[in-house]
Amino acid sequence: MKQVFGRTESLKDTAFHYCPGCGHSIIHRLVAETIDELNIKEKVIGVPPAGCAVLAYNYFDIDMGEAPHGRGAAVATGLKRSLPDRVVFTYQGDGDIAAIGTAETIHAANRGEKITAIFVNNGVYGMTGGQMAPTTIVGQISTTTPGGRNPDRDGIPIDLSEMLALANGSVYIERTSVDSPKNIIKTKKAIKKAFQVQMAGLGFSLVEILSPCPTNLKMSPVQASEWVSSTMTTQFPLKVIKDEAGNLGAAPPSE
Amino acid sequence: MATKSKRGFIKIAAELCKGCYLCESVCPFNLISVSEKLNQKGYHPAVYDEEGIGIEKHKCKGCALCALVCPDIAIEVYRE
Repeated sequence: MKQVFGRTESLKDTAFHYCPGCGHSIIHRLVAETIDELNIKEKVIGVPPAGCAVLAYNYFDIDMGEAPHGRGAAVATGLKRSLPDRVVFTYQGDGDIAAIGTAETIHAANRGEKITAIFVNNGVYGMTGGQMAPTTIVGQISTTTPGGRNPDRDGIPIDLSEMLALANGSVYIERTSVDSPKNIIKTKKAIKKAFQVQMAGLGFSLVEILSPCPTNLKMSPVQASEWVSSTMTTQFPLKVIKDEAGNLGAAPPSE
Repeated sequence: MATKSKRGFIKIAAELCKGCYLCESVCPFNLISVSEKLNQKGYHPAVYDEEGIGIEKHKCKGCALCALVCPDIAIEVYRE
């Protein structure tokens, strides 16, 4: 008998504080597994957000530098420019990257900063109690839209990934989900490619990951995953939004 | 190539489990159920039904779908 699945090396032996069924801890694991597969544990730097994942540095056994709310892309830019041989990624929620941090993110993508953003989209402000986020879909009930998001009053959800695909410096942008085993495997592939784009020195890469938030959706974890696959994907279709990476296998390493 | 399908088993760390039961929802052989006992966090952890029976009777193939969806890395998977 050999072990075929267990805790990967880049994750500390710590229990996650996330709610039952939260997508964050799945995505933490996928990022850590990718780091170990690419064998970059000693030269990767993560930038956690403000939000539920603010304590990500408690779980990753890698170098991390916390950013002020929304400023992940700016902090990562500084880290990458001063230490160009490192692999720098930001880990941001939708409130962080698509609300308060929109300006930093768009300009970092447009400048073509060689960083990777992991954008976890759960459609609500999770940590503060489930208020409407820019990514809350039309009709979705949140604590500040108790009758459902009304497009006339509250606007329509922001498609940040599509906006970033228009930026000149972005190279690889994909939207995936962690609602099913198949999509979890796809998400890991997307994260790996995003890191490889950065390591090849091509430019800005981002993976948007639709993630269930059972607590604030007021659903069971299984129902929340089903809601992501049936309802959330109608607003945020899962697809490769931009891929100008070409054949990564042939690209020379960045060093 | 061996034609006999492989067998496996899983170990669930009851103290890491938060009772989301995503594992129960994906197991192709329905080998995971809910414990009647509480763990220290106050959740009813998921339990593996083939605990303690001989490996030759296992339906579990060690496909690791349960571990793949487990948010808390509470499941370790072993395969022949």
